[in-house]
Amino acid sequence: MFVAAEIKKNTYYDSVYLMRITKEIEKTEGVIDVLVGMGTELNKELVSSLSMMTKEIESLGPNDFFVVAKIKREEIMGVVTKKIDSLMNEKKKNNVKEHSPATLDSALKYNPEINFALISLPGEYAIEEAKKALEKNLHVMLFSDNISVEKEIELKLFAKQKGLLMMGPDCGTAIINGIPLAFANEVSRGNIGIISASGTGAQEVSVLIDKLGSGISQLIGTGGRDLKDEIGGITMIQAIEALEKDENTKIIVLISKPPSENVAEKIFKMLNNSKKNYVVNFIGSESKNVSNSKTHFAYSLEETAKMAVELANKSTVRNKEVDAKCKKAIEELKAKEKEAIASAKNMVGNLSVQRKYMRGLFTGGTLALEAMNILRGRGMEVYSNLAGDERFILSNANDSYRNACVDLGDDVFTRGRPHPMIEPSIRNERLIKEIRDEDVLVILMDCVLGYGSHENPAGEIANTLNLAKKDMTNEENDSPIIVVSIIGTNKDPQNLKESIIDLENAGAIVVFSTAQATRIVAEITKSIGEC
Amino acid sequence: MSKINKLFREELKVVNLGLESFHRELREKKVEVVHINWRPCAGGNKRMIELLNKLKK
Repeated sequence: MFVAAEIKKNTYYDSVYLMRITKEIEKTEGVIDVLVGMGTELNKELVSSLSMMTKEIESLGPNDFFVVAKIKREEIMGVVTKKIDSLMNEKKKNNVKEHSPATLDSALKYNPEINFALISLPGEYAIEEAKKALEKNLHVMLFSDNISVEKEIELKLFAKQKGLLMMGPDCGTAIINGIPLAFANEVSRGNIGIISASGTGAQEVSVLIDKLGSGISQLIGTGGRDLKDEIGGITMIQAIEALEKDENTKIIVLISKPPSENVAEKIFKMLNNSKKNYVVNFIGSESKNVSNSKTHFAYSLEETAKMAVELANKSTVRNKEVDAKCKKAIEELKAKEKEAIASAKNMVGNLSVQRKYMRGLFTGGTLALEAMNILRGRGMEVYSNLAGDERFILSNANDSYRNACVDLGDDVFTRGRPHPMIEPSIRNERLIKEIRDEDVLVILMDCVLGYGSHENPAGEIANTLNLAKKDMTNEENDSPIIVVSIIGTNKDPQNLKESIIDLENAGAIVVFSTAQATRIVAEITKSIGEC
Repeated sequence: MSKINKLFREELKVVNLGLESFHRELREKKVEVVHINWRPCAGGNKRMIELLNKLKK
């Protein structure tokens, strides 16, 4: 075995492109392991931990590109280099021929009407650029993570002082003026505004609102930490004030993991004085402090969407057609769930009695948390890598134990690797592992479509399921039941209809919300008497 | 009217710093977007960046 590296100094590529190169190189015959990246300290640490460090890599800086590979024969590196060159040439050809300035200043000179900055640079550089954007009076969506709480506070206070929107850091989802930004779905416009500290939570709620015949005025992301004591809900409070004044917003939905008590109190005070109707989903927390008849608490993302749509329909002149569409959609969802439970129960009969546990493999952290809360609410003991009840923390996130819900977007899995919503290999590998586990009765998964996501996440799941089936002999045709909650609209770039067909053809049961999918899983896991 | 409420009434015009895929998706949706050909300042040398920032101030 040999270790060889290919280096291109002063050649910067973003993480999505690097991931593409990795995937191509991994396919090369004779390549045992490969790491592609920019010469950041973190990447160099990873190279060392994989025992692939070379002198050349040691000396690289963050603006230098490298590929280092463990290969079976020396000459294989020649093939790898050729592949890299051809990918780079292809990229050059595909680059849009348009002006691409080198700095924010020159971009604003080129187009002085710019009013919004979308920033997804590595965290250490993103802070300065976000600050510059705010100085230039731009509203900011900061997708980047790895930014300290102190810096977050600094940026948010500066934005507040200037009256600007500072979504993030770590803000994955927003829809402003109907435009999906980063990870978001193509949903209808309407009179429901969403303010969310959870990206996938907001995606599921906005998609269900669309499915029930209503739409979104604005979807404002705050970043995951906004409702913690240190940050004090700066962005959520600013967003509430803005949506309160927005004529196109009649109903306001708030979504977050449980906020700190102080922040919750501050927000509830605001809601008490509000003229608009609110639906609040502080995932997993109990309702308290609010006696306002205009504030409604929801306990699942599905319930959040239903309540918001119901209120939205009441807030406008009754339109029979809209009401009927909503009613029909709810009926269809119920029928689908009933049918899914029946078919899952049928499948249970064909499986070995040894199978008794559920495994949740999620790309969305909030979706994993919601599933876990629903299962625990039904009396099931569920282990997880999500923070919470210490008795049920998985000692190793890579190994499931009994009933387990795993957030595969956790740092443990994404350090040096792309998030599974962009590149699902991490989950595909884990799916195979869980399918091979003879104690597993049912596997629960999310499948998130929309902008930002992988081009065909359903296809990835379906291919993995088909691959797993190929491995089995006829006698072994005893494999776990697969339940998938698909989050997407028929206007999303991935084809929703085909995604569902692909999954169903691969043997999965497909439903349209995390709550639905989890209820099905709870039903069949409990039906065999184990929990 | 607050700046945020003003934004809700304007056409979104975006500058994108970072992932090219976000730029591509916005273009496909016919959003006015300028992509910055970003490189780490001073080749990513943190000490140099700090000095440059001090000089700018």
